[in-house]
Amino acid sequence: MEVRVSNVRKEFATFPALHDVSLDIKSGELIALLGPSGSGKTTLLRLIAGLEEPTRGQIYFGDQDASHRSIQERNVGFVFQHYALFRHMTVADNIGFGLKVRPGATRPSKADIRRRATELLNLVQLPGLENRYPAQLSGGQRQRVALARAMAIEPKVLLLDEPFGALDAQVRRELRRWLREIHEATGHTTVFVTHDQEEALELADRVVVMSQGRIEQVGTADDVYDHPTSPFVYGFIGDSSTLPVKVENGQVWVSDRPIGLPITSGEPDGPATLYFRPHEVDLLDDCGGCIAGTVVASRRVAGTRRVELEIGGGRERVEIELPIEHAATQKSRIAFRPRRWKVFPTA
Amino acid sequence: MAEQVTSSNPGRYATGSAATAERLITRIILMGVAFAFLAIFLVMPLVIVFTEAFSRGLAPFLENIADPDTLSAIRLTLIVAAISVPLNLVFGVAAAWAIAKFEFKGKAFLITLIDLPFSVSPVISGLVYVLLFGSTSLLGPWLKMHGIVILFAVPGIVLATVFVTFPFVARELIPLMQEQGTGDEEAALSLGANGWQTFWFVTLPNIKWGLLYGVLLCNARAMGEFGAVSVVSGHIRGVTNTMPLHVEILYNEYNAVGAFAVASLLAGLALVTLVLKTLLEMRYGAEIAATRGH
Ligand SMILES: Nc1ncnc2c1ncn2[C@@H]1O[C@H](COP(=O)(O)OP(=O)(O)O)[C@@H](O)[C@H]1O
Ligand SMILES: [Mg+2]
Repeated sequence: MEVRVSNVRKEFATFPALHDVSLDIKSGELIALLGPSGSGKTTLLRLIAGLEEPTRGQIYFGDQDASHRSIQERNVGFVFQHYALFRHMTVADNIGFGLKVRPGATRPSKADIRRRATELLNLVQLPGLENRYPAQLSGGQRQRVALARAMAIEPKVLLLDEPFGALDAQVRRELRRWLREIHEATGHTTVFVTHDQEEALELADRVVVMSQGRIEQVGTADDVYDHPTSPFVYGFIGDSSTLPVKVENGQVWVSDRPIGLPITSGEPDGPATLYFRPHEVDLLDDCGGCIAGTVVASRRVAGTRRVELEIGGGRERVEIELPIEHAATQKSRIAFRPRRWKVFPTA
Repeated sequence: MAEQVTSSNPGRYATGSAATAERLITRIILMGVAFAFLAIFLVMPLVIVFTEAFSRGLAPFLENIADPDTLSAIRLTLIVAAISVPLNLVFGVAAAWAIAKFEFKGKAFLITLIDLPFSVSPVISGLVYVLLFGSTSLLGPWLKMHGIVILFAVPGIVLATVFVTFPFVARELIPLMQEQGTGDEEAALSLGANGWQTFWFVTLPNIKWGLLYGVLLCNARAMGEFGAVSVVSGHIRGVTNTMPLHVEILYNEYNAVGAFAVASLLAGLALVTLVLKTLLEMRYGAEIAATRGH
């Protein structure tokens, strides 16, 4: 099922949690809502589910305007951040709940519900746990039961709020791969919320980067990592270094000297900020158009050396990554030029 | 830290330091005071009630219970409880649901309102109904014209009891439901359940022990209420006398055995309530832990 969010605004009391958000989700797609805490990810997910009503704007399921349909009518599978499993029901009863509450004519028989629960438990790789209670399960197992319960109603769309948020790193990585497999096996249109960029980039077909109630960028993992379209995305996804610069005469300038980066995509003249990845730099021996600075700090991080440089007489500092072989002694001078970079005008 | 050690390992008392010994003495004194207080003010009266009731043996006790006026008082008390407890169960669940699961204007006011019966004297609660439905009140003539009798009759007693016992269920459930939040209900709705199914299959099982606890307290009070009921009852023997009122009447007539016989029934009810309450607390303490206020 295709889902289209069209110019949606959501206010709580008078506080705008979402400003004019639009998003097209393709049928069968696995899409991640990624952003810092408070950026409106959960709110957007709940709006799609029908747990909240938009203050303005529409949400379409296929060609139909679902904005004012109740959550029951939307037929979505929602996996809550803290699972919200029914604690007084067994695992099988939890999974079968959505079938049990169907109106008479469409309600499967008890035996069919039971069979379906067993099938789903096998799908989420928890065979034999039918008669356990949620309190008797580990966090990762609860997560799987919650997903099985959501899938039992054969939803048109699967929505997951921070599905792995409450789990430890090891289990997270395992479940991540597993969710991808389940998605490929079932083909549900799936939207999941996360604040973990690694999770989003690894798992999703497309990533929706959000900040302060707005969508900053939508794209594949490569798009948002290699071609960030806003300073926020550049800073939020992956490591980045920044340096205040000036754009003039088709060149990028650092304190009255061009640094050998020609402007190619028409950024306007004036003060700007240069963004680049600390590991995407070329060291230069001789500086005729480069960024040069003196080493003020250096530490080893795993397989590389992170070096902090003082630029332009100590007013600015940038961080770059060097091979460990590089000595980077204190006060020594290093000249470099970013291989890949972008300037954004200073607001 | 030291306290944890001593309490988890009683053997240490013997070899404990001076400080531990001193704390032990303090503890014994405090516990002694508490138990002495309980004995004098709670246990002794209870014992007296039962000894007085059976002071002339079992036969007079049974005779007094079998007295038609006493039986009528017991019947009325049961009727009043049978009406007011279910009403307050429904009111209480509805009020707690509204307060715990929705945001709306006037919520704080509603909470204050629920506490009102706790904060005014029961006599005042009774008087309110007299002022409202009495013959000199605004409604009085209209009620009389239509032949509706509220005061000095069962409806008045039920109203007063409902009012006095309103907070018990609601107060028990509000903190519990607030703590549980709306997650389970949202999950049920997202799975296609309608409002009633959500309540029946999800909300109710989540609150059932707290609810039972509230109902127990509500029932004990409904059967034992004296002040408010006394004002609206009119004390008509065999007609509008509840058990507590009947105890007073018998006592004022110097029928000590009769008074204590009825009182022993009420005391028995209190004991049963206490035992059930303790069992609930032991078994489901965590689920109903939220309130320890009353
Ligand atoms: N029910 C609510 N009432 C008031 N404010 C809310 C409510 N839900 C969310 N918000 C606010 O909306 C903003 C976005 O919240 P949310 O969507 O939960 O962010 P995220 O999931 O990205 O952390 C936050 O500032 C939050 O405080
Ligand atoms: Mg969230």
